[in-house]
Parts: sequence; structure tokens; C-alpha cells
Amino acid sequence: MKKIVKKPVIAVGPFHPLQEEMEFFQLTVDGEIVTDIDMRLSYNHRGIEKISESLQFDQVPFLISRICGICSASHPLAYVQAAEEIADIKPPERALYVRTIINELERIHSHILWVGLAGHFIGYDTVFMWAWKYREPVLDLLEEITGNRNNYGNVKIGGCREDIPNEIKPRILKELDEIEKKMDMLTKAVLDDPVLHARLKGVGILSKADAIKYAVVGPTARGSGVDIDVRRDDPYAVYSDLDWNVITQPEGDVFAKAVVRLLETFESIKMVRQALKKLPDGPVTIEVKEIPPGEAVGHVEAPRGETFHYVRSDGGNRPVRHKVRAPSYVNVPSFKASCIGEKIADVTITLAAVDPCYSCTERVAAVDSRSNVIHDYENLLRLSREKTEKIKEGKK
Amino acid sequence: MSWKIWSLKKSPWVFHVNTGACNNCDIEIVNLLTPKFDVERFGIKLVGSPRHADALLVTGVVTRQAAPRLQEVYRQTSKPCVVFAIGACACDKGIFHNGYHVVGPVDKIIKEIDPNAIIAYVPGCPPKPEAMISGVVKALSTL
Repeated sequence: MKKIVKKPVIAVGPFHPLQEEMEFFQLTVDGEIVTDIDMRLSYNHRGIEKISESLQFDQVPFLISRICGICSASHPLAYVQAAEEIADIKPPERALYVRTIINELERIHSHILWVGLAGHFIGYDTVFMWAWKYREPVLDLLEEITGNRNNYGNVKIGGCREDIPNEIKPRILKELDEIEKKMDMLTKAVLDDPVLHARLKGVGILSKADAIKYAVVGPTARGSGVDIDVRRDDPYAVYSDLDWNVITQPEGDVFAKAVVRLLETFESIKMVRQALKKLPDGPVTIEVKEIPPGEAVGHVEAPRGETFHYVRSDGGNRPVRHKVRAPSYVNVPSFKASCIGEKIADVTITLAAVDPCYSCTERVAAVDSRSNVIHDYENLLRLSREKTEKIKEGKK
Repeated sequence: MSWKIWSLKKSPWVFHVNTGACNNCDIEIVNLLTPKFDVERFGIKLVGSPRHADALLVTGVVTRQAAPRLQEVYRQTSKPCVVFAIGACACDKGIFHNGYHVVGPVDKIIKEIDPNAIIAYVPGCPPKPEAMISGVVKALSTL
């Protein structure tokens, strides 16, 4: 008689000390080697797209900056660019510079945050404490400009809510010098550390072919040698006027992603400096009367990759449809390629390597618990129409 | 004052529960551990299991998926357990108040299983780390 061998399964989540958010991973293991991974997301689903359709055009940025607290400048910018394309609005030039500066400061703090967390995940708390200490001045700058440490809510249709006062420009430049000095030290320490080399090199490799197959974006793709960056490929704000480089690394392991992120912080510092020097005078906002009927797409390079917003207007004061695709939603399935074949101890850092932001990935699926059928959009539409028909017939 | 309350006030161990937050309150909570704020010098420590926790730091609107899990986490804690609702979402659902997948706020969900639960509110979006420290100190001084 053939004996059925059940493979041991390790469940991670939904509440576990590794990552802050709710997510669920099922690791099928053979000894210490992971042979399969299954994931369940969307514990965080809040129905943002639906709430967005009930808000007015200029209220939406404040909602969608709360999709994810760390990309809270990129999501509203993508939405605002879509809305401005519908209405054919050209925001003032100073506003474009302010947007660039806020977005790049956000990228600096997000990348330093990731380096710290990566150190924490592999049990190297010195890196964690250092990185988060050096991140604080960036948050202070953002607080000084926008009034809040994290949810800036600074972009609005037709410009920016808050200007960068000319008086604090020298202070920002001075702080940037300080941050660059500290980051230089941290980068050298991290990239030359033999412990980090041993833990991160050759771990969780995502090959270039797999990266293209799973359509990953942002630093995850650039760490696998895929040369994409929305800021260069389809420039928005003032990125085409600035002098900077796209960082890529061919290896595809966790170390390559760390290198990409660390070097990108320097590019961002460079960009903020140039933008501050070129900052033109003038207003930061123009008056917007109405959004005509139409549809448009806005995309922005968030710290984690390309974020994509689709907005449709029917000429009223609310968006009729607002669709969000956040970068983590395409990065997270690449675990299928990068985690399988790794040791369990290395899976934690591989899961963290794409800088996953699960509150961005929230989706909803209606599942019939009796027949296990997942209802997709057409199916739900058909069910809804059938019910309407039934009610109509019943009334007759 | 029982020795248990005395020790809880001396060094509260906290467990962090995200019930559908946007990461913002969460990174500010992690910020509390880092050199600028460093709450470990006051004996406040983040722990990895609710069974070790004296207090829960709950962030986020409670989504349908999260509500039963939050109740389960609360059941596992040793009592008395102070529940901190951190951020506007956890206090009164904030900007997501009319979401179809939102069943919160936190106090409603916790009081369903324990009507006498001690709940402290720290509003803000996100609350600054200083506000969180102040909230924890105020809540503990009322015990």
C-alpha cells in the first residue's frame, strides 16, 4: 500500500512579529528547504477605490495619501497628474519643483527605512538603529515643509498646498550635506561588512528573466538588471531637467537590491539639491474650476516602483471610477520565483527584500464557500443582473 | 495596589496589532524604539507574542478580516491589559468611516468580548511619537 506523505507546512501570519502588517504565508518545507510558498493577502482591504468615488475631486488626495503611509507623496501625485490630464491643466513651474523635492525626500526616508528594517530582519540591530537615526532629519525637514512627519497631503489639483519658503532653503541644503555624510558612512559600513555579505549575497535570487516574467517594478526590477524607471522613461514633474542616473545591479539577490536602494538615496539627495538651486519664483497653485468628462492615467515612480492611477470623470464633482495599482501588488508574487529553494532562515529577508507594503496590495475577492468558486467581475455582474430580473418578475 | 499593577506600570510590555492601518502609525511605533525616542529606557518593550503583553497598541480601522483576529489576540493577553487605540482610524475610523469593508472602531470590537476593557485613545494621523509616549504615561497613571 502506498503511504501518503504529507509535507510539513509552516504558517507565517497573519499577526507575527516579523512584519508590521497582516499577511499570511504558507511555506511548504522539505527539511530546511522551502519547496513551495502560498500567500494570502488583503487582510487590510479597506475599499479605498469605492470610498474615493464618494469624495470630491479635491478631497481624494487626502484619502489616497493614506493608501500607504510611506508612499504618501507618490499616490496623490499619480492621481493628481491623471486629473490634470483630464482637465488639461498646467500647474505652475514652482509647484512642479516642490512636488519633485517632496517626492525625492520621501524616497530618501523610505530607502533608509528599508535598510534599517533589513538589518533588523537578519538580526543585525546596529544597522537598524543607525539607519533609523539618520532618517530622522529627513522627517524633520518634511514636517517643516508640509506640517506632518508622514502623511503630507501636499499635492492638489493645480499645484501644491504648501510652498517651500525661501528662508529655509539654506537649512535644507545644510541638512542634506549632513545626511549625505552620514549615509556615506552607513553605505560604506554596510557594503563592506563581511556578515552582511555572508547573509545577503546569493540569497533570494530573482533572475532577469523571472523579473520580466513577473513584471516586477522599481528597485526590485533594477536589482535584477531590468533598466526601468518611470522618472526617466516617462518624465513627470521636473525630472527631465535634472541630472541623475538610474542605478541598476545585475545580480538579482538581496544584496543587489540593498545596493540599488542605498545608491538611489545619493541620487535623490543630488536631485533635491539641483531642484532647490533651480527653484523658480512664483505661485505654487492655480485655481481649478471644474474637471470635464474624460479619462486619464497617471503614473509615478514611488519608492517601491511604479504606482498607477486611472481616473474617469463624467463632468461632475466626483470621480466616477478610480483605479489604483500599487507597486507591491506586482512585486509580491515574485516570491514564487525568489523564495523556492531557499532555507527557511533566508526566506524572512527574501520576503522583506522587495520592501513589501501590504496595505497597498489590498484587493477583494468574493468566494462561494460551498462550491469554492471565486466570483470575478463578470460573474458578479451576471449575478446582480439575475437578481434584478428575479425581483422584476416577482413584482409582475 | 496589587503587585501586578505595580509591575505593569513599572515596565509595560506592548504587542503591536495592525488591523488595517496604512503603515504610518506602525512606522511611528517602530520609531519609538530607535535612538531619537528610545522608549526602552522607560521599560517599554515591544514583544513578539500577545501572551507576554501588558498592553496592545492597536492601529488602523478594523477591517472585516481583522475583527475576529483582533478579538483573538485580546483574548490571549493576560489581564489587566490596556488597549491603546493609536491614530485617528483606530479611535473613530477616521477618513475610512464609510468604507464597506470597515467594521471598527477598535473600542467597539474589543468591548464586544470584554465590556470592562481599559481603552486609551491617541488621536492623530499619524500621532507623533511624543504623543504616543504621553498617551502611554497618562493611561498608566490612571491605573
